[in-house]
Amino acid sequence: MGKRIGMEVGIAAAEAVALCNIDVAAVYPITPQSHIAEHMADIIHDGRIDAEFITVESEHSSISACAGASATGARVYTATSSQGLMLMHEILPIVSAMRLPVVMGNANRAVSGPLNIWNDHTDIMPQRDSGWICLFTENGQEVIDLSIMAFKIAEDPEVMLPTVVNIDGFQLTHMIEPLEFPTQAQVNKFLPDRKPFATLHPDNPMTMGCFNMPDVFTETMKAKDTALRNSKKTIVKVFNEWGKQFGRKYNVVETYKAKDAETLILTMGSMGETASIAVDELRKAGKKVGLVKLRLWRPFPVDELRAAIKGCKTLIVMDRAISFGGAGGPVATEIKSLLFHDKGRPRIVDFLMGLGGRDVTVEDFIAMVERAKKKKDETYEYYGVRE
Amino acid sequence: MAKKKTEQKKWPEKWHEVTPGCMVFEPGNAANYKTGSWKAQRPVLDTKKCIKCGMCYIFCPEACIQEDAEGFFQADLGYCKGCGICAHECWPGAIAMVEEEE
Repeated sequence: MGKRIGMEVGIAAAEAVALCNIDVAAVYPITPQSHIAEHMADIIHDGRIDAEFITVESEHSSISACAGASATGARVYTATSSQGLMLMHEILPIVSAMRLPVVMGNANRAVSGPLNIWNDHTDIMPQRDSGWICLFTENGQEVIDLSIMAFKIAEDPEVMLPTVVNIDGFQLTHMIEPLEFPTQAQVNKFLPDRKPFATLHPDNPMTMGCFNMPDVFTETMKAKDTALRNSKKTIVKVFNEWGKQFGRKYNVVETYKAKDAETLILTMGSMGETASIAVDELRKAGKKVGLVKLRLWRPFPVDELRAAIKGCKTLIVMDRAISFGGAGGPVATEIKSLLFHDKGRPRIVDFLMGLGGRDVTVEDFIAMVERAKKKKDETYEYYGVRE
Repeated sequence: MAKKKTEQKKWPEKWHEVTPGCMVFEPGNAANYKTGSWKAQRPVLDTKKCIKCGMCYIFCPEACIQEDAEGFFQADLGYCKGCGICAHECWPGAIAMVEEEE
């Protein structure tokens, strides 16, 4: 393997994508994703890779340009954040319905209003039902690895679905970390050229993005849902291939000291690193606490989650998004619903925290574990809110 | 536009027969896709009153009215949405809108 170098994670995301032999990037800058957009543009305009950078006037256009380019058989990348992702919202389910393997990096940031540019997951959660494969990263190395793996997953003939790699805004995008890059030859070996199922070409007329009447729409939706569910097999396969070639093994649900844990903390994204230190502290104090990290959010890895939480009595879910007026945070609501029929399911405690960039420290995780014990009702709670 | 009498093809029959992305590989096959299933009323032409003026043909927003061998203008019910514009425009009153009954 190559040597470790210090690099900002946003820049590293663009460098990782540059190793993937992309044909087109259409990226509109937005804080905290801008460094990805700028560096991607630098790489292409400096002629370091043979690709087209489409300068667009909005994110609605960037994702639309990506869809069009992908339909011609190109390997395509875009990146965005928060309001940009919200502007893409209309096009996202169309990209997945057309089975176009676009890869996106999303620098997770709070959705306005009030205007807030800092990190939480309120941008990606409203895109939950758009049919994209949705991955979360915990540190810079995972951003590099998963950005490359995302192309292989998305383009697999068994999958053919767009994939979004979530990168916590600032907490990850602006962090300078020691990172290890694979060589171009290693990536070439890992990631073969895209072999599209079909391409738009004047010599071979066909229709992508067709019209559906009520008598076929339901069938088309079930076919799409099934394709997304089945993609988990390929995701696991690609994770294993990466592990074999590069020695870093990924799982759709990651665990840390979870085996004999009575209480489990569940996180997504960069919070997992802080939570793991809290788990160490609690273990030192003799508490049976562990950690579960959801790497894959869509398709939801329900079997793997069941296996990871088996035997635990309390599951504390860290939700970094709100479903206003709903049953709870989106992650806890989903897990409660999936486990509802399971015998011996754990008690699920739902904390809304880390919103709009508010720091969640080791002490906060320890305090939440304590608070979960005392909490009487089963409704969600805004951790740390000033009462 | 030549109209072929094709049978209503319920394609795809089952969800797993849907092509990836619902892609359509046969160009120009939209005519095979009958779109008239949602109409609540259908036009019925009284050939005794019809003067073959073709006003219905001109006004039909679906362009689904064609002249037949005898010179009468008939709606293709496979595409007709039952909007009633043809009946409204037919000044000799030769077109009646009749409730669709299964």
